[in-house]
This record gives sequence, structure tokens and C-alpha cells, in this order.
Amino acid sequence: MNMLHETPVGLPRRAVTLQIDGDDVKVPEGSTILDACKSHGTDLPTLCYGDTLDPVNACRVCVVEVEGSRALVPSCSRPVESGMVVHTDNERARHSRKMVLELLGSSVDLSAAPRVYGWMQQYEADPSRFGDVNTMKTVRQPAKVDNDLYVRDYSRCILCYKCVDACGEQWQNSFAIAVAGRGFDARISTEFDVELPDSACVYCGNCIEVCPTGALMFKTEHDMRAANTWDEDAQQQTTTICPYCGVGCNLTLHTQDNTIVKVTSPHDHAITSGNLCIKGRFGFQHVQTFARD
Amino acid sequence: MVGLATVFGAGGGTSSYREIEDTDVIVLWGSNARFAHPIFFHHVLTGIRNGAKLFVVDPRRTASARWADRWLGLHVGSDIALAHAIGREIIAADLYNHAFVEGSTTHFDEYRAAVEPWTLEHAELVTGVPADAIRELAHAFAKADRAQMCWTLGITEHHNGVDNVLSLINLNLLCGHVGRYGAGINPLRGQNNVQGGGDMGAIPNKLSGFQDILDDDARHRFEGAWNCVIPPHHGKHLTQMFEAMERKELRALYVIGENPAQSEADSAHAIHILEGLEHMVVQDIFLTKTAELADVVLPATAAWCETEGTVTNSERRVQRVRKAINPPEGARDDTAIITQLAHRMGHPEWDYPDSETIWNELRSLSPMHTGMSYSRLEELGGLQWPCPSNDTLEPSFLHGRLWADDPTDRGQLAPFSPVAWAGPVDQLSNDFPIRLTTGRRLDSYNTGVQSGAIASPLRQGETLDLNPDDAVRLGIEQDEVVLISSRRGSIQAPVRFDSHLRPGLAFMTMHFPDEIDVNVLTIEANDPKSGTAEFKASAIRVDKLHAQANSNVDEHMPIAGE
Amino acid sequence: MDLRFPEAEPTLAEVQALDAAVGPSLVAEGWEREYGGAHRAEALRHRLLPALHALQDRVGYISPGGLGELCRRLDVPPAEAYGVASFYAMFSMRERPVRVAHVCADLACQALGAGALLDAVQAQCGDPNQTGVPGTWQPSPCLGLCERGPAMLVTEAGDPAHEAVVAPAIADDVAVALRVGPRNFGVEVPVVAAVPQAATPAGAAGLVLLQRVGIVDPASLDDYRAHGGYQALRNAVTMGPLDVIREVTESNLVGRGGAAFPAGRKWAAVANQPVRTHYLVCNADESEPGTFKDRVIIEGDPFSLIESMTICAFATGCEQGYIYLRGEYPRACEHLQHAISVARDHGYLGANVMGLGFSFDIEIVRGAGAYICGEETAIFNSIEGYRGEPRNKPPFPVEVGLFGKPTVVNNVETLVNVIPIMLHGGAAFAAVGTPASTGTKVFCVSGSVSKPGVYEVPYGMTLREMIELAGGVPAGRSLTAVLLGGAAGSFVPADDIDFPLTIEGAREHNTTLGSGVVMVLDDTIDLLTFLRRIAAFFRDESCGQCVPCRVGTVRQEEALVRITLGRQSRAENELDVALLREVGRVMRDASICGLGHTAWSAIESAIDRLGALQGVDA
Repeated sequence: MNMLHETPVGLPRRAVTLQIDGDDVKVPEGSTILDACKSHGTDLPTLCYGDTLDPVNACRVCVVEVEGSRALVPSCSRPVESGMVVHTDNERARHSRKMVLELLGSSVDLSAAPRVYGWMQQYEADPSRFGDVNTMKTVRQPAKVDNDLYVRDYSRCILCYKCVDACGEQWQNSFAIAVAGRGFDARISTEFDVELPDSACVYCGNCIEVCPTGALMFKTEHDMRAANTWDEDAQQQTTTICPYCGVGCNLTLHTQDNTIVKVTSPHDHAITSGNLCIKGRFGFQHVQTFARD
Repeated sequence: MVGLATVFGAGGGTSSYREIEDTDVIVLWGSNARFAHPIFFHHVLTGIRNGAKLFVVDPRRTASARWADRWLGLHVGSDIALAHAIGREIIAADLYNHAFVEGSTTHFDEYRAAVEPWTLEHAELVTGVPADAIRELAHAFAKADRAQMCWTLGITEHHNGVDNVLSLINLNLLCGHVGRYGAGINPLRGQNNVQGGGDMGAIPNKLSGFQDILDDDARHRFEGAWNCVIPPHHGKHLTQMFEAMERKELRALYVIGENPAQSEADSAHAIHILEGLEHMVVQDIFLTKTAELADVVLPATAAWCETEGTVTNSERRVQRVRKAINPPEGARDDTAIITQLAHRMGHPEWDYPDSETIWNELRSLSPMHTGMSYSRLEELGGLQWPCPSNDTLEPSFLHGRLWADDPTDRGQLAPFSPVAWAGPVDQLSNDFPIRLTTGRRLDSYNTGVQSGAIASPLRQGETLDLNPDDAVRLGIEQDEVVLISSRRGSIQAPVRFDSHLRPGLAFMTMHFPDEIDVNVLTIEANDPKSGTAEFKASAIRVDKLHAQANSNVDEHMPIAGE
Repeated sequence: MDLRFPEAEPTLAEVQALDAAVGPSLVAEGWEREYGGAHRAEALRHRLLPALHALQDRVGYISPGGLGELCRRLDVPPAEAYGVASFYAMFSMRERPVRVAHVCADLACQALGAGALLDAVQAQCGDPNQTGVPGTWQPSPCLGLCERGPAMLVTEAGDPAHEAVVAPAIADDVAVALRVGPRNFGVEVPVVAAVPQAATPAGAAGLVLLQRVGIVDPASLDDYRAHGGYQALRNAVTMGPLDVIREVTESNLVGRGGAAFPAGRKWAAVANQPVRTHYLVCNADESEPGTFKDRVIIEGDPFSLIESMTICAFATGCEQGYIYLRGEYPRACEHLQHAISVARDHGYLGANVMGLGFSFDIEIVRGAGAYICGEETAIFNSIEGYRGEPRNKPPFPVEVGLFGKPTVVNNVETLVNVIPIMLHGGAAFAAVGTPASTGTKVFCVSGSVSKPGVYEVPYGMTLREMIELAGGVPAGRSLTAVLLGGAAGSFVPADDIDFPLTIEGAREHNTTLGSGVVMVLDDTIDLLTFLRRIAAFFRDESCGQCVPCRVGTVRQEEALVRITLGRQSRAENELDVALLREVGRVMRDASICGLGHTAWSAIESAIDRLGALQGVDA
């Protein structure tokens, strides 16, 4: 059959060839360098990158050198170009990666951020070089516990903008939070820093879904961590369908000791793209055994 | 489901969620998707950000309506009048799709005659929607390359819900907004498997896969698989069952996962009927109010997280539910209970080792499910019906056949439905001058059996939401507990001011029946075709608790402008 | 949109301020509210920044009630509006006295005694940022009054709000400002005082861009026309858009804001974009410490900017122009506003400009105290009503700029160069200066010279000649260094000033002309204090978006303070210098925008070329 006969839905895409660390890599036009690296099997660290969000390239941990470009280039957002020559692991790129990890580590608690410890070792990052944590400027502060569903611990916040984007125009469109202030004083905040119940928050938890450092956490997880009972090795993940309305959102139930401790949603599923509403995210209490006596 | 099945032969939404992101005009009619279907609304929002124009038709200026380029705040129950006026305007302006109407539909002349009286001016009088807004929607909808019509219970929970649906489908037929990518007709299902229930044949006139129970071939295939005889006649839908119970024709009832004692309109009456049964079995995960009335209660597992199986969503996507936690002791899978019952009834051959075996039996009996193996469902994140092939996929939208070049390939053409408008059964009067409508809030669901356990900071409990000017007229203050009465009964509830309600309109939910049973007020006026009750339109009066003798409602409270 | 607004009520004054700024309130909430949803909100969003100014100007701060009312009217989410307002230094998010004196603490004024002034103000007026008093003061970044520092800007909220600049200022002036406000300070010195060359006929004869400053009445269109005004536009229209761009390309005019990008290429790129609308943004957010040339041009000859922008718009197909003007420039704002309105009244702006068949209009957007908004993409976000954070490039502004459309963004000085090009042709323009640096350049000479001010010379004069032109270092003092290009530039030592001030000459000398800052330091100025001020400036002005700059500028300042306090051992200092280099390198390599890229440049050059930070150990 003549393939030009059918009307396709999307735009046609060309293929682009570029060079990554000496190898030719062919990817569809519009791919980012990070996409190309993934298809090449090159693992780059990322923090602010979100697989369901537009790249903000704020953390700069994924920078690579592109020949002909004066500064390093964020791989998560830069589209590939034909003939591009990319170095992902030369001294210059490694230095910036190490410094970004050190600068973050010197100001933020990264202990709940998956993979960061490994990268610190890989790039020999030593945040203590910047001096005494007691005299340095940091974002240390008590966690905000102002509702029963989730906790905001901004001492863990690296300002990746992902929660703001998930709450805002890209997904939830509730706009309960935004980045306020400027420079080192920049922070995620409601208007005039009012508590969540006084804000526009609708408790969809889509911010928790994208938070890379554990700054946003289910209250269950926060409390279990505080009680030292949070044990990811003992948890199972099962993906099922939300029991509420007829949209059919996929829920991934995280269970520990036959109890649901957290709910996420697959980022690669076209219905939710990782997003849920309050019912899907937090509406599981009714099946916890104690609730059905 | 009845309306869509009448016109197209299949009772399912015609588009996929993804398509609404690429459409040009979206009409949400009687749907507060922002609250009731939040993740579907994400797709609507993406469509808006991509440039689509949104119209919301709803008596309330809901959270969804606040996203609209234009809100059409019609009187409760005037939907057909509005739809007909839109249709008439499209015809009068010669904006309808001649090729589609002539080649793919029938009964256009009857439709044209039916809408002819509905001029913009006449419709404005009946619906309360300004003529220019009706005209704007009509022209935008007709001129759009792609347009989507979506509705929810605001359309179906009426005594003439099926006619309401048909009147909307007419508009899509008129403009050819069906059977193409991005253009379609989509009911948003209120419950996670209401579509699946229909797909599986849990409706009185169909076998699994929408095969007619009167079709001998189809019925015989099922009889062969199940080793039983299926009575060759339509069964009863819920309303007919209640009527039969009232007449004592139907004397035993087996209730699975429903709570009719609280979810039925005019609930006092419903409970009375249930109490009159000779025998009732309730199978549920909770001891519901209905279960409390039962002779036998069968504890079930929570289908969504304690059981393996499938559900079907509003875009006809069959997806797997999986067991994540062990059920409480004594609770069993629905299928285990049903097969055990079958064993006791003399069918020991009804024996399935697992859910996949049941599913494969369905695939062998229902052609539209044949291609949906468990492994494919897993791999592709669910599959949309129809899926007759194990190798290929059908388009994401239904009824592309209507656009076939060769008329013989178009199959059954789509008929227009020249339905007539009839206002709500429960009419406003001097004694009951306020229109009460019902709906959902974001953090709650139906009768609250499941959602009640969420520690939601948003929860306010049941309230009577009133326009602030109405409240002032009645001398009522915010949070004041008042007496709310309909022709069927009275309840008490606190008042909440809501400036997004038009004067004369009041709103309550049905989420807190244990505290405040709103269905004491609602009317058991059922649609003869679907059996759905008119939850959306009750006539009420509101009285202060301690000054009833002095209140003079007639003088202070005009009848809402219907 | 289903936004939730704060419950706090606005005051009557706030309501009136918003009525004037964004129109009277329709039904703000409820079932009768105006229609429009997200599309209406998108169309209104660019009015956020002017509305915030209106609240700040009227009551002196942004209150929860005022912000909430603003959000209701414009359909802006309150959290976002708070995020935007708190981004800008000029907006106070806490109740603040109606009168505020902003006392410049920046580089050029430091060279002219700002340090002593700040000490005196502290002694006379008490701590900065007081509350519960009618007036308070606060230290400020560069106010762009470097030719007559130390400078002060006084603001007084009210209806109308009042502003005045006082320079040079003494502590008594600050005290008066706090007590009675800006209205006490009569007429500002004439703008021509900032152009020492205009004082002599020989000097005036060499001026091209500044030729009308002090000669024409900046409020008079007739006077502008009597001095050659609008002949260039006529020539442009006769030539047609393609030839205008060809002449500009041939002139080899490059951007004067610092990046030195060829203007002709930028214009051609926008002109060739099939997507409409095209926008023109004039970058007048002159915030680089030590830069004040654009202020002088706008205050002295505002019509020339309007005419140049109209030429650019004609050539590139822009229908709407924006002038993003520093919020700290009250006189420039007043002159420009008046000039735009007169030009519009006379058909020089608006539909069918001069009856020539094209449409163009200009809107002024007042900045609100954010250095980063001078960055060419941050300026778009700011105009659109978002936080002034730079965007990722590519896509470049010529493709995806303001409101997502193709956009020309040029500095004020770049634009006004178009007038001589249209009058004399690109070739004649290119004959001035050097082959690689064509035309004249306006330098901002400040610090330790006898006649600070703006100096317009053909490219090619050496740095030594420039310092001499400005009267040289005052008698009895000796030159120690020159900071070229401002805080984002670099130091050259006193013994290396015989190179030409051209783009290529600076590059060969491993420095930059930047926006044309020539800040002269003598032996009375403490270099370490100066360096700490540079570090503090970048810490304050970093937008906070990317990690290298947000945290790097803080760590840079901390290390610099540790070293310069003189309490560390030599080994500790060496470690800290090494740390500075590493932090500097990541800022230069991995920051998003030019602010981060250059935040280390001046300090690096001071270490490498002036030998700073040596011998300060305990």
C-alpha cells in the first residue's frame, strides 16, 4: 500500500547524526543531547530534569561540552544538531559536575535524594571544602508540617522548579506554589508563605511525584522515616487502577508489611503522565486493614 | 450509554483523551470535570494551552466553568432547549456539514423540523442563556475543524437523560464531529468500571461485548461456554427492578458493590422497598447501609488492590487491576464468591484457576475483546476496544466507517434524534421556589464510603450552597443550620455562601449520607430508557430553624427564573 | 481559571491605584464574572508588573490585600504574583515607610566617597530599613548617576508618588529626604552636565549620538525636527526595509550593550521570520555598575530613540515596541513618556506612521530593581509579567522572543546609531573607528577622574587618552587600576593602559569594553573593599535559577571575605584562592547566562593582574 495514502496524526521527523564521546549516534530530530546519550548508553547525572516536564536546566549537573560552544551545555534541554560533537566526560564537564554537586551539598540536605551519594563519590565531590556548615549560608530550616497528607522539608530543596511546574501550567494548573525571592534567598513558597490549607493547594501530590530530593514527602513516609521504620528494601510496588472515577488512572501502590505507604503513578502512561488527584494519591486509607473492622 | 448505543450501536465514548489535546473547540456539558475527573481535565487543560476554545454548559459556574472562554449558565433541565437552539442556529447559518449529514446520517429532516421552533430568542427565555452566547457556541462548534462534546451526570441524571444525550449527539452529527481524530462525543464515566460493567454485559439487554441478548447466535455461544440456558429476553434495569420489587414481583435481590439504600433518589422510599424483600444478599467490602438491611452479607475484596482483573475506563481502555495487598481475613474475590454460588447451584464446572482464564473466556466470546491478551494489556498500558486482532490496533477513535468513501462501507448510518424538550418533573412553585442540584466535590466520591477516610484538608462536610443574595433575602447567615424541604422530605444542613451560584440555584453533594441524607430530598423520577433518576433537579424550600412560623417565603423568595 | 485568592481585603487606596493601572474592577468574582478563562488570563498577564508598580507607588509596599485584589482582576495566581513581586528589589513585601532614600553603595560612588556617606547616614538617621517611621533609608546598587556621586534616589509613595535624585548627596540630604520627602529637592542639574565634551565648541563638534543633548528641548518634537529629527526615518522609508538592513549590515554596527553582536544580522534574522507578530525591545535597563550613557541619551534626546526604534521596526516588521527602562531613572521615564505621547499625537507613532503605510507603537515598561533583567531573555520574562529569569538559548530571541514571537532586542545606544547610518550610509559609518569597531562609542568614565561623565569618541582612542580626556586622575593621587566594562568586566593595571578601546583591542588585552564603563581607581581607594562590593553585587543580583550562580556567588563572597579579613594563615588563603578559582570556573562554564559567566571575571583579573589578595594573611 502507498504509505503516503494514510493521514498520520503527528509531524514527520528526520533523523540527526551527532558524535558523542567519539561515537556516531543517530537520533530523531528534536531529541535532546540527554536523549541521545541515553540511546548511546551514556549515563549522565540529572537532578532538575523531569521526564514529564519541560526542562528548566537549572541544576546544571548534566552539562556536557559541545565543540564550538563557549560555555558548557545542559544536555537535558539542548536539542541535537547534525554534526554536533559532544564530550560528556572530559575534565571540563567533570569539573562542573563535581562543583555543582559540591555547591548543592554545601547548602542542602541531600540525604534523601536517590543516587546523589553515588555521584558524589564518582566525581569526588567534597562539600566540606567550603568551610564550616555552621557559618556558611545554607537553606537549613524546620520541615513544614501543616496538613495530614504531605510534608514540605525545604532544607532538602535544590530549587529544581519541578514541583512548581507540576503544580502550575504544565500539569495541575492550581498554582499553589511558585518560586519567590531572588538569588540564594530564592525559595518555593505560597503567597506570603501562608500555610498550605490557606493556599490554592488541592493535595494532588503531583509535586511529591516529581521531587528529586525528598523535600516533598507523603506524611506516612515522613513519619516512618522519623520512627526509623521506613524500609524501601522491604517494599513492593504494584501498579493497578484507581478505584474512583472512570478516567482509569494507573496507581503504583508502594506497600510495606501489607500496608500502602505511598502512591505514585507511572510517568510513561499516557493517561496520567505521573499525575493524580487527591483521591487517587491519598484515597487508599479505606482498604488499610484497620479501617475495615 | 443508551444514547450512544442507540445512534452508533456501541455505548462508548468515541475519542481518546489524547485527542482532546489536539482539538479546536471543547464543549463540557453538565460536567464539572475539574472536580469529578481531574486527570481527564489535565488533557482538557493541555488542549486549552494548545489553543482550544472551551465552552462549559452548566447551571453552576463550576471550577471547570471558570476555565472556559465562555460559560453558558442554563436553567437546570433546559439542556434540550439549548441544544436544539444551537442546532437550529447552525442550520440557519448554513454551517452544518452537508456532506456528512447527507452521506452518513438519517432523519435529518425530522431533526430540522424538531429544532425549527428553537430560535435564539425563544431559547434564551427557556434556558436563561443569553442569545449571543448560544450563537457564539453554535458558530464556534460548527466552524471548528475538530470539536469535542463531553458530558457527565449533569446530562444523564434527569428524567429524560437519554433524550438529553441524544440532543447533544445531534450536534456532532450536524457538524461531522465524530469518526475523525480529535472530533468526538465523550461521556465521562463516573465510576472506575461503569464502562467495563457495560462492556461485560452487566446491562439488561446485552451480553459481553455489547452483543444483543436476543441474537440467537451470540446467545448460543455463551450458553455453550457457560453450560446453561440464557433467557432470551431483556432483563430489568435498576428502576424497573425497584418497581418490580414494589409490586412484589421481584422478591430476592443480590447486590454486588452497590449501596442503593443511600445512593438512590428518594432514599426513604428506596429503603422501604428493600425492607420489603423476602431475601437480600449483599456482597461488599464494607458493611454499608444496604448491607445492614441484608439477610446475608458476603465480605468481598477491594477489586482495585486486593484482586486481579481488568476495568474499562471512559476512553474504552481495558486495563489491569492487580493485587497489592492481602485482603482482611474472610474476604474473598467477587469471582470466587460467584463461582462458589454457581457450584452450589449445580454448576461445578464453573471453575477458573485465575482471572486470566476468565478473561480468556471472555476474549473467546466477545470479538471486540479478542485481541486483548493479558500480555498485550501489560505491554501496551491497556488497550481500547474494539480490539478484534491479536496483531494490530484500531484507530483511537470510533466510527471512522461513517467517513468511508464507498457508502456501503459506512454501515449503519447515524440517525438524528428529533427529541422533545420537557423540563424537570419536580417543578418550582411558591412552596418550593429554589432549584436544588447535586454533584461532587474534589476530594470526595459518591456516598463517601471510600473517600471518607482521606484526611483531606479540603473537606468541609455537607452544606447547602446558596447564592449570597438569596441567603440575605432569606435572612440566613453563613454556617447557619437551616431546614431544607422538598415535596418528599426534610433535612437540616448548614449554609455556605457561594457566589458562583446563580440566584435561585442551590447545591448539595451526596458525599455524607450518614450525617445529612440529601437523597431524602431528591425525586425518584426515572428515565424510562436508562433507569437513571433525576438527581439533578429538585424543587426545595429553605427555612430558618427557629422562625418558621414567621417566615413568609412566598414574599421574600421569588421562584427561580425557569 | 479556578484560582483561590487571599481573603485579605484591599484598602481604598489600593483599589484606586489598581483602577488607574488596570482599569476599574468589573465583577471580580462569582457567577457574573467576565468570561475568558485561561486565554483571557494569558492576555492580561503582561499587566502584572505595571500593576505591582501601581501598588508600590501608591502605598509603599505590596500588601496581601493589594496583591489579592490585583490577582482577582488579572487572573494571576497569587503565589505567582508573590513570586514575581518578591523577585524585584524595588518592591517591598512588608509594610514599609512611604518615604525611602536609596543611597548608592556601589562601585563608582564608592570611589567618590559613598563609604563615608553611608557611615554618616547611619550615624545621623539610624539603621537602614526601619519600620514605623515616616521615612527610612537603605543602601542601593548603582543608581546610574556615576558622574556626580555619591548619589541618592528618594521615593515617596502616594497619589501621585514622588521621586527625586540627589547627587552628589550628603547625610543632611538623606535626613531631609526622610523627613519631608523628594519634593524638597528642586530641579535636577541639567543632563548636559554629564557630557563634558559639550562644554567646548571643539568637543561638541565631535559628537554624533550626543549632539543634541543640551541643545534641543527634550520635550519638544518641533525642536527635535528643527535639529534634523525624522530625516533618518524618511530616508529609511525611501530606501525600503531590505536596503535599511543592508546599510546597517554594511555599517558593521555591533551591539553596544556588551555582547557586540552585529545589529544587521539580528535585524535580518527577525525580518526573515514568517511568524507574526514581530516585537522590538529596547533594552534600557542600564544596571551595570558605572553605566549611565543610556540615561543621558534618553533624558537629553528622547525623540532620537523613538525615531531609531521606528526605523528598526520598519525594517524588521515589528508592530509593537517596548522600552524596558530602569526603575531608578525617574527623569528619563518622564521625558520618554512625554516624548512618546507627543510622537503619537503627531502621527509619528501608532497606526500608519507619518502616513507611510506601516504601524508601530511603543510602550514603556518600568523595571523594578533587578540587574538580571538587562539580560536579553530575562527582559522578556519581566515584560510578560513573570520572574525576570533568563531563558534557555537556543531558541534565540530572533526566533522565539517576547511572547514567543520573533524579537529584536537592542540596547539604547545601539539603536540610536541607526540615525547616522540612515543619514550618511553604512559605508560612511564604517569609515569611522577601526575596521572591526566602527562608528563612535559612548564611554562612561567614572571614579577618580577630574571630569567624570559620558564621552563619545570614535573607536580607537587608547585607554590612557580616554582618562586624559576626562581630566586625568586628580592631582596628588596616582592611578592604580581601571575597571573596564563594569562589575562584569575586568581590571587592567595602571601600567597597561596604552591599548586602543576597541572591541578587538580589548579582546587582545584579555578584557572587555562591556557597556563602555571606564572606572578609574586611584591609591585612595581600598581595592579589597571594592572587590567585596563586586562579590556582594553578584550575590544580590543573581536570579537564583541555576546552581553555579545561586550558590557560587555566595561561596565566592564568603571566601573573599575570609581572605580579606586578614585573619587566615597564608596556607588557608591559598586554599581559598584555589577555591575561588574553582567556583569561578564552574560559574563561567556552567551558568545559564552572562551574569554567572562573568561573576568571577573582575575578581579573577584583580588576583591575576593586580596581585590582589596577596599578603593579606594574618
